[in-house]
Amino acid sequence: MPIESVNDFVIRFANVNGSGSASANLLFARSVMRMGVPIAPRNIFPSNIQGLPTWYEVRVTEAGHLGARGGVDMMVAMNPQTWDKDVAAIEPGGYLFYDSSRPVPASKLRADVTVIGMPLTDICNREYSDPRQRQLFKNIIYVGALAALLAIDIAEIEKLIGEQFRGKEKLIAPNHKALHMGFDYATAHFSCPLGIRVRRADLIGDKIFVEGNAAAALGAVYGGATVCAWYPITPSTSLAEAFERYCNRLRIDAATGAKKFGIVQAEDEIAAIGVVVGAGWNGARAFTATSGPGISLMQEFLGLAYFAEIPAVLFDVQRGGPSTGMPTRTQQSDVLLCAYASHGDTKHVLLFPRGPHEAFEFGALAFDLADRLQTPIFVMLDLDTGMNQHLCEPFAWDDSRTLDRGKVMTAEELEAGKDFGRYLDVDGDGVPYRTYPGTHPSRGAYFTRGTSRDRYARYTEEGGPYQDNMERLLRKFETAKRYVPAPVLQKAAKPTRLGVIHYGSTSFAMDEAMALLAAEGVHVDALRVRGFPFSSEVSDFIAAHEQVFVVEQNRDAQLRTLLMVECGVDPAQLVPVLHYDGTPITARFIVRSIAAKAAGVPAPETRKVLS
Amino acid sequence: MTYLAKPKFHHPALETNDLGFTHRDYEGAISTLCAGCGHDSISSAIMRACFELSLPPHRIAKLSGIGCSSKTPTYFLGQSHGFNSVHGRMPSVLTGANLANRDLIYLGVSGDGDSASIGFGQFAHAIRRAVNMTYIVENNGVYGLTKGQFSATSDKGSKSKKGVANPDSPIDLATIALQLGATFVARSFSGDKDQLVPLIKAALEHQGSAFIDCISPCIAFNNHDGSTKSFDYVRAHNAALNALDFLAGRAPITADYAEGTAQPVTLHDGSTIRLRKLAGDYDIHDRVAAIGHIHRLAEAGEIATGLIYLDEDAADMHQRLGTVTTPLNALQGADLVPGAAALEKINAGLR
Repeated sequence: MPIESVNDFVIRFANVNGSGSASANLLFARSVMRMGVPIAPRNIFPSNIQGLPTWYEVRVTEAGHLGARGGVDMMVAMNPQTWDKDVAAIEPGGYLFYDSSRPVPASKLRADVTVIGMPLTDICNREYSDPRQRQLFKNIIYVGALAALLAIDIAEIEKLIGEQFRGKEKLIAPNHKALHMGFDYATAHFSCPLGIRVRRADLIGDKIFVEGNAAAALGAVYGGATVCAWYPITPSTSLAEAFERYCNRLRIDAATGAKKFGIVQAEDEIAAIGVVVGAGWNGARAFTATSGPGISLMQEFLGLAYFAEIPAVLFDVQRGGPSTGMPTRTQQSDVLLCAYASHGDTKHVLLFPRGPHEAFEFGALAFDLADRLQTPIFVMLDLDTGMNQHLCEPFAWDDSRTLDRGKVMTAEELEAGKDFGRYLDVDGDGVPYRTYPGTHPSRGAYFTRGTSRDRYARYTEEGGPYQDNMERLLRKFETAKRYVPAPVLQKAAKPTRLGVIHYGSTSFAMDEAMALLAAEGVHVDALRVRGFPFSSEVSDFIAAHEQVFVVEQNRDAQLRTLLMVECGVDPAQLVPVLHYDGTPITARFIVRSIAAKAAGVPAPETRKVLS
Repeated sequence: MTYLAKPKFHHPALETNDLGFTHRDYEGAISTLCAGCGHDSISSAIMRACFELSLPPHRIAKLSGIGCSSKTPTYFLGQSHGFNSVHGRMPSVLTGANLANRDLIYLGVSGDGDSASIGFGQFAHAIRRAVNMTYIVENNGVYGLTKGQFSATSDKGSKSKKGVANPDSPIDLATIALQLGATFVARSFSGDKDQLVPLIKAALEHQGSAFIDCISPCIAFNNHDGSTKSFDYVRAHNAALNALDFLAGRAPITADYAEGTAQPVTLHDGSTIRLRKLAGDYDIHDRVAAIGHIHRLAEAGEIATGLIYLDEDAADMHQRLGTVTTPLNALQGADLVPGAAALEKINAGLR
């Protein structure tokens, strides 16, 4: 039986990288949104510019589930290289749309799916003589056909094309023509609409549709960042580029045209973090955007920044590791790398935003925290968040908010004779005062170094002052618990002894999984961790549940390790749920894993006694 | 090194500069380097240069990497903020500091290990980025703190203290700086204060990347027969291109030598360098010829010293980037945060 589903299905486009499909697919996705129906689109792309397979998936979801669902209800199979796998991926009862210009033997098709063949290449060859036009318009033609097949109002797509080519009006009419060509062909040759279809709704409201990387970059603009130093690396590159784009729009001095920002594309990640450290030391708000391999290279500087107490912000857009790993796939596998970055005893502050709305919010907050705590702050994004466009609440800003520069001693305070010790814990919170270079002619200068020193920044190799300083850094880390965003608790409908801890991009699938689990009679309380160090709310949550699943996207259960170590939790109490094949975690996976492990809610496993 | 702190009081007739400071106001902590170290002479030259230029010490930021040379910023300019960073990474830290506040004077101090080996890349990129700074490499051709290994500037065939000959080709940092587009390139010798002090003064006043390769013998590990960076060897093979007098624009003084032998060069800030040419037709504005000249002298076993190249009209990093004249670290929330109304417009564009 063909799948019947209104406003709840997954369509996947299988294309060849560099064939111009991306903009056509996005046009399709936006048209569903213009129908008032929420979507969750995702790119699955290779580490390649042209020629390799690439997929784009649109989850049409009236219920607003923003995580990946898993499975494909309709495949738009435009890539012969991946045909077999693509056809096999379709759910039973699903739909296959393909270019039938060259006949495909029946053995290559499936009997349990509805097959819709349209001679796209033939139509293009008939209509266009220019090879580039044939390619590009083929994409628009299939969007037109899909509009007919899925009951999308073609007027919405026409409007989107008009908006897209504003200023290049010449391109509008040919695109409209191609769109209608596809629409009319489908209407004439297939029974439209299919069992899966879009029905106009009003569920978008004032939501926005934006990439996590762009949102984080905009957060940096609002956080007052003036210096950005970076080295190109997927999947973080678009963050630095978005910062430049937003700055060119929002940070140009109206009178002179001069820039109120400085961006350096460094020679490597070591230099990038070096520039950030230098700028932070000198009182500018500075950041870098990178991914796991970049964080690996920055280790030495991160120890310096921790020990010399220099504000810095790092956006880590995580990808599959180790080594080059899966550079275009998503993971949450830099958690431990960042938490304990560098040699010696170090601990760092991490923020775990979910989706673009929080990427913006935490992106701005990170700069206040860096100044307040005088230390590196890691904003832990991932490829799924960063490089996909997500539907989210609009960005918000309170104009009464000011930039919190933390404890900076001014020339007036120095002149008045206030005691300045760079590493002196004046307030008991472990956070000392600093001075910007050049503040006062005779007071407040100090020497910054990565070697040990006393409270007045004087070089010393004595054990006492060294230990005193290391303990103050721990006090400062305690203070950080109060500053990082609090975890978000979502209680189950019924009292339960089962808990789930999750973070970042995992949480969209988790939200959906909670509802699915509840429907199966498995009730879980969920805590979404948003910062490290963990506040007492996190350890209290674990203590209040017999079994706590820690759901994350890496092999080694990194957040679970962090919880064990930092909260002193019995490992048996924390059950890992791990998804790390490089695709975004799905609600289906979480439900399956938790249902299997929580069946009957067993008592915590007893350990075998070996002797 | 000495453990005896100098008393703070001084003779009332001690020379003062335009700011009313004596040279004592440019001192730092007591050096912990070996007695007689060439680096200490360079520190003295830096203090002298800053004193003579009447630079306010607190407006100078001194940055370094790791190594003997990188320890020296502690020993001069005690009223300046200093940053002893990561081995080989001073250039990036200085670049960031400069981006944050274009109004300070940046002095980067490094060594041959720090700049020619571990930090060769950062040295290169800071120079090609035209960071406005004075970058001094205290070049002794040896790793001192780790006791006598060859560095990347050790000449091929030169001998270590243990008598082993260096098999590898040396890196000539002055040539590299020229190739990378440095707009002020000089070489000097820690034992030649008369040449070094005016060079540092001119470098400090230069707007752009000013590089000084300063040969600085290591008396502990590289001052023996067979070393090409020993006091005796450098004195014997020094081929000075020019002698230099530096005249600050704000306090012109009369030159004490005949016009005919001098080539005056006016710097961006109005100050003037007077060059007394020693090497015939040497032209400090010809980058290509400068590289050739260094090489020809090197072939003959000579070390070219003096001001090797100068481009006084170059644009620095901030000019290239087009940043505002206000230091970025002085911009306030109102300058930086676009506000809720602008955000609403952005939201509207994302629907």
